[in-house]
Amino acid sequence: MIVGDRKPMDEILEMLEPYENILILGCGTCVTVCLSGGEREAAILAGQLRIWGKKEGKNLNIMEHTIQRQCEKEWVDEMRGHVEKADVVLSLACGVGVQLVAEMYEEKAIYPGLNTTFMGYPVVHGTWLENCRGCGNCVLAHTGGVCPITRCAKSLLNGPCGGSQDGKCEISKDTECAWQVIYERLKKKDQLDWMNSYQPPRDWSTAGDGGPRKSVKIEEVID
Amino acid sequence: MKAGSNLEKILEAGKFAVTSEIGPPKSANANVIRKKCGMLKGFVDAANITDNQTAIVRLSSIAAANILLQEGIEPVAQMTVRDRNRIAIQSDLLGAAALGVKNVLCLSGDHQVFGNHPQSKNVFDIDSMQLIRMLKDMRDEKKFECGDEMDVEPRLFLGAAANPFADPFEFRVDRLAKKIDAGVDFIQTQGIYDVPRFEKWLNEANDRGLTEKVYILGGVIPLKSAGAAKYIKNKVAGMMVPDEVIDRMKNASDAKQEGIKIAIETIEQLKNMKGVHGVHVMAIEWEEKVPEIVKESGLLPRPTA
Ligand code: SF4
Ligand code: SF4
Repeated sequence: MIVGDRKPMDEILEMLEPYENILILGCGTCVTVCLSGGEREAAILAGQLRIWGKKEGKNLNIMEHTIQRQCEKEWVDEMRGHVEKADVVLSLACGVGVQLVAEMYEEKAIYPGLNTTFMGYPVVHGTWLENCRGCGNCVLAHTGGVCPITRCAKSLLNGPCGGSQDGKCEISKDTECAWQVIYERLKKKDQLDWMNSYQPPRDWSTAGDGGPRKSVKIEEVID
Repeated sequence: MKAGSNLEKILEAGKFAVTSEIGPPKSANANVIRKKCGMLKGFVDAANITDNQTAIVRLSSIAAANILLQEGIEPVAQMTVRDRNRIAIQSDLLGAAALGVKNVLCLSGDHQVFGNHPQSKNVFDIDSMQLIRMLKDMRDEKKFECGDEMDVEPRLFLGAAANPFADPFEFRVDRLAKKIDAGVDFIQTQGIYDVPRFEKWLNEANDRGLTEKVYILGGVIPLKSAGAAKYIKNKVAGMMVPDEVIDRMKNASDAKQEGIKIAIETIEQLKNMKGVHGVHVMAIEWEEKVPEIVKESGLLPRPTA
């Protein structure tokens, strides 16, 4: 899923300062599951803003609404009525959702309430780990299902650097060395051949270094 | 001869090589480098120039290498893949070769979180293995990484690091084999304090015939104090210092002298090991001690290639 963290309150207040009719817009998919931008978090933030408004002596109208997905036009279009009542929308979706809402309501002030961080899964309750960067050319088949592009701090392709020790990455004792994990997995599967042979430089053009990417499924395009 | 460097000639002649290291200053002060050159001249066959070591900004390794050439010391320019993509690396090393640099050490580089610009974007376009192969293809095939051809190739003697103290240990000789396959000519190892572990790695490399395909220079870092030894053991990723060494440093009346003594003893051991072709003495900000270490290890006078 796409993981995000709520922006610091000060930053949110600075964005919302000029407005009175405020819509807090939750998203019902990834950010709901990662507990940062769903219905529950929208309600909590709305409550905090109401208290702030009172303290500041402002006459605020804080509205909350959550749609299933802010990254699909149909859902974003359906909430037109809610958006029209507001002067500003604070979207608690990932950056994708914020951008689509901004595109579909160009005349409105649309602001992000989250810092979108990464794609990952929860390792223990309340902790998510980044594990895919969407590089456009997946190598997981060779690396025992562990992504070296994302989980190795240097995105190495030819095995562990000299900083790998006791299963940890050189950057911190809290970070696993991805290549240690890969080595163990491949050893178990008796598939060390790939790791033992030279892997050439990658074509990063598929990873976003070739400019913004587009995915076209030609058979699906209606035109 | 691949590059015809002094280091290559000495190793090719089967002589025991001595290299050392110069860390450029955190400023534009060329005199710091010239001074260190004065300390090392005549005592080493070549000196590495670190490339923004521990991700702290320092005077450029290639510029410093050029100062070494002016001072009559052969440089080994270190090149990390942390700060430069394949375009910048190829360009910089064409420049280095044009200036007369003949040795390069190919490294991943310490991650930038350690340095003084932890907010910077890292590069890691290629890894150290791919860097070796890229430079070998430039030298031997006259080809850029993309396949385009060049008329005058950079003739570089290619080095890389090996760390017998990092994990997973079982992969460390495989990784050496990969570097040889990629085209490396010489290896400088991480600093050796745990001699038995180093020997275990070396023996496996010997058994697999790898030490006949590459020159191995054992890394030696003289310790300055017991505190430094403990710091290296606990805080530096990928290094090992046995407790006996820490105790020796602790109990010594003159810790600095003890550190030098340990370094000399290690070199004596390395000299007698099959598969070791030289030593790499890293006396960081202690370059003035290199002559003593080299002399007391019986490695003078240095051969003229
Ligand atoms: S190799 Fe690429 S696509 Fe596959 S998990 Fe890693 S970043 Fe994602
Ligand atoms: S220690 Fe492991 S994860 Fe960290 S940079 Fe090195 S190889 Fe990658």
